[in-house]
Amino acid sequence: MSTYNFDYLDELEAEAIHILREVAGQFEKPALLFSGGKDSITLVRLAEKAFRPGKFPFPLVHIDTGHNFQETIDYRDKMIERIGEKLIIGSVQESIDQGKVVEQTGRNASRNALQTVTLLDTIAKYEFDACIGGARRDEEKARAKERIFSVRDEFGQWDPKRQRPELWNIYNGKIHKGENVRVFPISNWTELDVWNYIRRENIELPSIYFSHQRDCITRNGQLMAASPFLNMDNEDVVVNKQVRFRTVGDMSCTAAVESEAILIDDIISEISASKISERGARMDDKVSEAAMEDRKKGGYF
Amino acid sequence: MNILKFFTAGSVDDGKSTLIGRLLYDTDSILADQLEALQSSNRKNDDGTIDLAILTDGLRAEREQGITIDVAYKYFQTEKRKFIIADTPGHIQYTRNMVTGASTANLAIILVDARNGVVEQTIRHSYLVSLLGIKHVVVCINKMDMVDYSESVYTTIIDKYKILAQQLKLKDVTYIPVSALKGDNVVQASEQMDWYTGESLLHFLEKVDTDNLDKSQLARMPVQWVIRPQTEALHDYRGYAGRVLSGTFKLNDKVTVLPSGASSTVEKIEFFEQSPDAAHAGQSVIIHLKDDVDISRGDTIVNASALPQESKLIEADLCWMDGRALDTSIMYLIQHNSKTTKCKISEILHKVDINTLEKHQADEFKLNDIGRVIIKTADALAFDLYDDNRANGSAILIDSRTNLTVGALMFRAAVE
Repeated sequence: MSTYNFDYLDELEAEAIHILREVAGQFEKPALLFSGGKDSITLVRLAEKAFRPGKFPFPLVHIDTGHNFQETIDYRDKMIERIGEKLIIGSVQESIDQGKVVEQTGRNASRNALQTVTLLDTIAKYEFDACIGGARRDEEKARAKERIFSVRDEFGQWDPKRQRPELWNIYNGKIHKGENVRVFPISNWTELDVWNYIRRENIELPSIYFSHQRDCITRNGQLMAASPFLNMDNEDVVVNKQVRFRTVGDMSCTAAVESEAILIDDIISEISASKISERGARMDDKVSEAAMEDRKKGGYF
Repeated sequence: MNILKFFTAGSVDDGKSTLIGRLLYDTDSILADQLEALQSSNRKNDDGTIDLAILTDGLRAEREQGITIDVAYKYFQTEKRKFIIADTPGHIQYTRNMVTGASTANLAIILVDARNGVVEQTIRHSYLVSLLGIKHVVVCINKMDMVDYSESVYTTIIDKYKILAQQLKLKDVTYIPVSALKGDNVVQASEQMDWYTGESLLHFLEKVDTDNLDKSQLARMPVQWVIRPQTEALHDYRGYAGRVLSGTFKLNDKVTVLPSGASSTVEKIEFFEQSPDAAHAGQSVIIHLKDDVDISRGDTIVNASALPQESKLIEADLCWMDGRALDTSIMYLIQHNSKTTKCKISEILHKVDINTLEKHQADEFKLNDIGRVIIKTADALAFDLYDDNRANGSAILIDSRTNLTVGALMFRAAVE
């Protein structure tokens, strides 16, 4: 019997590849939800490992709030060109123009909540029966309880009390018409695991993950990138700071952290010593203690 | 560094959540904003310290009712290992949730309240651990602070547990006296129990053999997906993608494809731009065979010199997980790795009273019931016995009316 080195990243990777291939095997019309963030970028690498030299058995889907960091969009387009896979864009601006959702107003207005509608419309339009996402159980309490194959009803709702037991490495993807399954291949990864994997695999990331100079304002105790998408007024003082972002979301709800980290190694040491969890930098979770639970029940990823 | 997956069995009163909270807290696995939320919570211990149990609370519905409704997964790591905890709740749906949490674990922590000793629920938890074939068991005698850290209390309890362990054929059992509330022997060695010379719980968890490397000769790979690029350059490319369940496949190994029984040889193993000489248990790879055999999803590639069993009639332990009782007159679906086929439960051999371990005759199978059944499948399954090979000896039952997972099956024998 030969010996082999199978460390924790290899194990997490092998599990994720297995899950992606189960999606391919069990569903007719799956999709991979791509946000441009490091978790979905990791998913793309895992999909390459699962299906190359073949094509991905699913398109990538980007729910575009229209309030993006330009760096993310540049990254996305370059990546799609490199991997040669299909990209479908669901546009929040279109949902607004069609009158399906109404833009929020006021100082803390954000398009984050609106993207749920666009997501559900996109799923319905293309009849996706499975959507792969990069959510992890270590991110938040409600996510800690979610299955790897998580069934949503026609309205995109998650019912924590009616989850299917998930045993061994067997994933039950059977659904009724109109339902779909959200699939989370990196459920068992932590933020640090993702960064260690990105370092090991030498995966390129959008530049906003690394330290850079940016005009910021302070909102509710957090640093936000000054942009036309924030409803700024005279009380807002713009200060140029050395910052980076720990998650990539809508510009109106993703907070920056002051950081000098310019290399992945710097980021890993920063996170290892970090005093704020990743979702702590998301204003959308702060609304109430049960914020994530409520949004998930409503169909948010 | 590798991964240890474990789960904790015990009720709220045993201090299970406090124990997990203590492991997270004492290994600095709680971040500042979570700690802040914790400190601002109005739930405190009697002495005013933070109630660490809050760390494992999840949903608002649960906080309001003060219960846990589902399996929650927690993560922490030390310099030596990454840990995944399946935190399973201790109320009515306990059996279903514990079986779920245990199915992927390689170690179980059973909590015993030092004031109460081995009680009915200890028997229940230990039975489930033995049923699911969990390799390592750690019995934590908790709340030692409530019994003056008494060695004789501890000894009496473990003597009693040893009889149970023998009865249930639990092989590798470790006993640790702890106080999750005060932190004794959880991460730090206790200063209150000089008489205990063993390790703290964390130190034990850091070095226990995880057995991630499966050393069995039972090489098995269910085919999940056939990769056929059908491009000009890769016109004849045909790769079988799957995760090696157990054993090892090496280049030039003779293999058999089931259910067809076709023989071939491993021609090439691929893993994303690499071509290793072998594929080991746990790895997700692509295998190429020398011969042009017809293989699709649901087939299994196995070592030709160590074939699995093949049968349409299988004796299995069943744990029922649905609110609607088993109906022996209807067809269910059985999902065994990448294979799904129709099946019926043709006979209920017995049910087990998991509080007394007595077997008895039964006509019905309801939520949380466990027992032995005979299952009849439409297509033959290529399986191993659960005790020999957990990954290829387990399956789930799906109710095709609801699509819910309604049962967990552990294969015990092929019926002749």
